[in-house]
Amino acid sequence: MSYQPIPTIDWWAIAPVSIVMVTGIVALLIEMFRPNRNNNTIVAVSLVGLFLAGLSVVPQFSMPFGSSFGGMVVRDYLGLVLQLLLITVCFVAFLFSEPYLREKRIAFAEFYQLALWASAGGMIMVTTENLLMFFLGLEVLGIALYCLTGMCRQELRSEESAMKYFLLGAFGTAFVLMGIAYLYGPTGSLRIDAVSIAVASDQPHFVLMALFGFGLLLVGLCFKSALVPFHQWTPDVYQGAPTNVTAFMASTSKIAAIGALIRVLAAGAPLVSYWFPIMFWVAILSMVVGNFAALVQKDVKRTLGYSSVANGGYMLVAVLAHVQAPEKVSLASTLFFITGYGVMTMGAFAVVSLAARDGKEGTRFQDLHGLWHRAPFAAGCLILFVASLIGVPPTVGFFGKMFIFNDALAAGLLPLALVLAVTSVVSAYYYLGIIQAVFVQEEGAVKNESGRPQAGLNLAVLLCALAIFGISLGAENVLKFMAPAEDGRQPVAERTVAQR
Amino acid sequence: MASEFLPILVLMTVSAVICAAMVTLSWVLGPKKTTPYKSSPYECGVAPQGDAKERFPIKFYLVAILFVLFDIEVVFLWSWITVFKDAPLDFKLFSGAVVGVYMILWIIGDAYVMKIGALDWDEATSLAPEKLLADAEAARAALPAPVPVRQGGL
Repeated sequence: MSYQPIPTIDWWAIAPVSIVMVTGIVALLIEMFRPNRNNNTIVAVSLVGLFLAGLSVVPQFSMPFGSSFGGMVVRDYLGLVLQLLLITVCFVAFLFSEPYLREKRIAFAEFYQLALWASAGGMIMVTTENLLMFFLGLEVLGIALYCLTGMCRQELRSEESAMKYFLLGAFGTAFVLMGIAYLYGPTGSLRIDAVSIAVASDQPHFVLMALFGFGLLLVGLCFKSALVPFHQWTPDVYQGAPTNVTAFMASTSKIAAIGALIRVLAAGAPLVSYWFPIMFWVAILSMVVGNFAALVQKDVKRTLGYSSVANGGYMLVAVLAHVQAPEKVSLASTLFFITGYGVMTMGAFAVVSLAARDGKEGTRFQDLHGLWHRAPFAAGCLILFVASLIGVPPTVGFFGKMFIFNDALAAGLLPLALVLAVTSVVSAYYYLGIIQAVFVQEEGAVKNESGRPQAGLNLAVLLCALAIFGISLGAENVLKFMAPAEDGRQPVAERTVAQR
Repeated sequence: MASEFLPILVLMTVSAVICAAMVTLSWVLGPKKTTPYKSSPYECGVAPQGDAKERFPIKFYLVAILFVLFDIEVVFLWSWITVFKDAPLDFKLFSGAVVGVYMILWIIGDAYVMKIGALDWDEATSLAPEKLLADAEAARAALPAPVPVRQGGL
């Protein structure tokens, strides 16, 4: 009998994921004994754990890049930046979750554990080039999110959204798994470059199978990153889920799915002539449908849901530009935009979560009327987040969109660049609607019963606001940090091409 | 390559035709004399009562899920033990550590299930008071006004 050789082990590479996972387990142990009958200990432990996980990512930027654990875990810029981002997003979500959970009367302390595990799942997704590991991460992320979506058991809407998310998510997962099976069939490889192997084999039916499998994989991924036409679950789930979960989900799920999509699309380069036109139209449809459907929404969370669809479209434009011309366009602007998106979405949802009070929550536009009276600081910061989502100049949203626009032009994708610019202008209308709702206080408006901000929420909002300015002020340095092309480290698409 | 599987295709076709013929022919040729008694759900059983759409406790699903989990655990352990017996030392150490981590996670999860009383079916004792309260409120809010059960039967 032959034994699998024991793979080389790079403990640093799995340190962040392990720390987040173990933090979740420790939090679970605390929950089991519930010393104080409240969640303060759990929150504290989770925040410390996330901080440590973040610390364990930082030194890896200067370590040698490559894969370990027999190719299961990979270390590169894309993975490290996204890991750091996922940890930060989770950290900010925890800062404002506790007051919200109390206002909403959700006695479900497992939020913290599940969110930590979901983060770990997302981190696995962005740091692997093995399709099964990728699937594992997707499931850990997905299953935790299904539970979180339905955690507000008093509300039928929350239950309904959990059911919808679960059924449609399981559908998307099935597509991913079938795609992996069809890629494995002709190549016998579970690595992400199975497509290249199939094409290199020069057997037409192998190529056909790989193409079919790759298509299924893309469908599943578009599903998870809520790109049109696979976006139908997004508004319902965003609206039904408790607001802190919506914030967490909007950022984490999108970051992880787009990160995986970048790797998959880069690995699909040998078949680019087949899938590129399709993804081209997916990007256009996401931007158009997302932004125009958001115009007619009456609920802030639904509006932000459609805005997230549109933002997915912007990210896809950046990814397509990179895949189209990897030598000219680096991944830096994609990473830059994803970072900005994570920060501004967290901030906006954090402010919207103020609408909860005494177990009730209204998130229609009129429910936010007069928010600035009770929470002037949070409302003021909301202007900033919305300005950034629109893309007003000194904010990170503006720079992100500008970089993507330039990338699209450099890669010769003029139509995408134009659609991006036009739909961004359209989006200003509904984003300004949110601002208007917060600052208007008319006679006879719906009596507002939203809660008062607490220290945690103010801190979260402040962090997001600082990040929006900080990233945009240092945009040039951030961009350089995210794409250090000079020191011989190759971006993802080039590396995959080089392996072929 | 195609001819290799031709017999299977023939078999599938023949069985499909036979099945379809049996169902269709008995449906077409069979005599149809319905009486109210014949068309009741259980012709030879007790007459049904009440509405089929009732809420009922689904506690067994937790037991079922735990059973599946334990099943999977045994599958993993069994295959590992089979290989472990005469493996080289380094493999024993490595796989032992991996399975150890797996088992620790397993035990923590199991302890959690026990501790929060997920297997305790008497909800008045198992749920934390605030959870119980929240659930009761939710149940009140979710349920429509009580409707008297219609008396069924013939």
